[in-house]
Amino acid sequence: MAATAPLDDPRFGLARTARLPGPLRLDGGAFLAPVEIAYETYGTLAADGGNAILVCHALTGDQHLASTHPRTGKPGWWTRMVGPGRPIDPARDFVICANVLGSCMGSSGPASIDPTTGAPYAMRFPVITLRDMVRAQAMLVDHLGIGRLRAVVGGSMGGMQVLEWAATFPDRVASAVVIASAPRHSAQNIAFHEVGRQAIMADPSWRGGNYYEHDDPPAAGLAVARMAAHITYLSEAGLTEKFGRRLQKREAKSFGFDADFQVESYLRHQGISFVDRFDANSYLYITRAMDYFDLAEEHGGLLANAFKGTKTRFCVVSFDTDWLYPTSESRAIVHALNAAGAQVSFVELSSPFGHDSFLLESPALEAVIDGFLKAGQT
Amino acid sequence: MSLRPDLAIIADHVAPGARVLDVGCGHGELMAVLRDTRQVDARGLELSPEDVSLAVARGLSVIQGDADTDLAFYPPASFDYAILSQTLQTTRAPDMVLEELLRIGRRAFVSFPNFAYWRIRWSLMWGGRMPTTSSLPDSWYATDNIHMVTIDDFRSFLGDRGITVERAWFLRGAKQCSAAAANFRAEHAVFLLRR
Repeated sequence: MAATAPLDDPRFGLARTARLPGPLRLDGGAFLAPVEIAYETYGTLAADGGNAILVCHALTGDQHLASTHPRTGKPGWWTRMVGPGRPIDPARDFVICANVLGSCMGSSGPASIDPTTGAPYAMRFPVITLRDMVRAQAMLVDHLGIGRLRAVVGGSMGGMQVLEWAATFPDRVASAVVIASAPRHSAQNIAFHEVGRQAIMADPSWRGGNYYEHDDPPAAGLAVARMAAHITYLSEAGLTEKFGRRLQKREAKSFGFDADFQVESYLRHQGISFVDRFDANSYLYITRAMDYFDLAEEHGGLLANAFKGTKTRFCVVSFDTDWLYPTSESRAIVHALNAAGAQVSFVELSSPFGHDSFLLESPALEAVIDGFLKAGQT
Repeated sequence: MSLRPDLAIIADHVAPGARVLDVGCGHGELMAVLRDTRQVDARGLELSPEDVSLAVARGLSVIQGDADTDLAFYPPASFDYAILSQTLQTTRAPDMVLEELLRIGRRAFVSFPNFAYWRIRWSLMWGGRMPTTSSLPDSWYATDNIHMVTIDDFRSFLGDRGITVERAWFLRGAKQCSAAAANFRAEHAVFLLRR
């Protein structure tokens, strides 16, 4: 495909931010303007714009899909799927990944400055939904000059955004890949998120959300929220295999409350490293958006109605040890797509690593995504 | 690539451009032929995740699922043909699966190994052991085939349920044989059915 977009087009590349005038009408009734979206692109947009693939990140993800994270120094979160010779290859595909609305890596969120007050929004930021996030992404895609996306791809919350894209903008999505996801948040999902939110709000440093002018954010609360959530991303078998009941750097139990067990030390590390890169208020807003997510409810109570008459090709993948978004949730999506007469593929892959499997080495996942995306090329 | 003989018969008799559901599609060899030679809109259902992955990797739309439970999720008459090849005898409730096939598809192709084939009769009669043949190679404890059927059983079932046979083909190995004494002489049967 011939490239016509000039290489120095400031819209394309790493570490980009678009300031879109808006206003963006939100499901909650509020209007947001302006709308800032931080994003990255990889590869070159084809002359006909036909090679654009949007990748949607999970709850704690960001736009650093295939580039080094500026704060952690770690490689992008999905370099297994996106890169040279990978199923999504910047040599062939024009890849977009945007930081979601409400997050804290440069997109409009509670830490952003409210233009009407000159201070951070904090809890005055409007409550958003996954559909709001997707509408903001659509504004970005417009800004990039792209009409129809060759594919929208995502896992977990990213998969929910993919479903919203297919339901809200069916004519703009040729292919949709939904991995380890669900058509709605279950009571159990909401319960785990509520534990995390309560941990944050119980931290005295949270100060009703107004901690930005102080030096101590609610790090302890956010770390606990992350620890609780992290357990849901793993499987019992995976945890047992990795840690068992092994002790951490000691021969015997301390009969105290230090991190005696390796699994404790691991969770504490996960919690502490998370607070360095994530905003507590963003965690509140994004988990709320996920809890409100119910695609059937948005379409008259029948999930199939979300996909009526769709021409989009779908690929749905689940993992057998994922108990956060178990295979039954993926099957509900597939049954609705069948009822709508959509072109859909589905496979449950075997992996010991629970929900996190979609981020880890999985040749089977890569083969399925590769085959599915290649078959969609025209 | 040459198709298994029963699949070749099915492939030759699906109308071009039709919508087809292949139940128990394996890694999609029939679907690929239908798509590539007859511009068929083919969908598949398959139990084995390895086979589903292979089929998706070749660009086919295949759902991992179980014919016994998942056919209920397809709307009536959503396909021109529903296909069940060499799978009927592995289902828990073959009667229900056949009813579902004829609900989902306007027509159904069904192929199965004939348990009344003379070699099987011979083997059971003189050997006194569960027969193993080239088309039924697994031992009794390892076989997926839990509801073996003969051509005559199948015909009488269709009669009881008021299901119409549009066409039938009988095979010994890769060769077609006549309908005369098919219950004794045919190793495989392929039926095209409608309600």
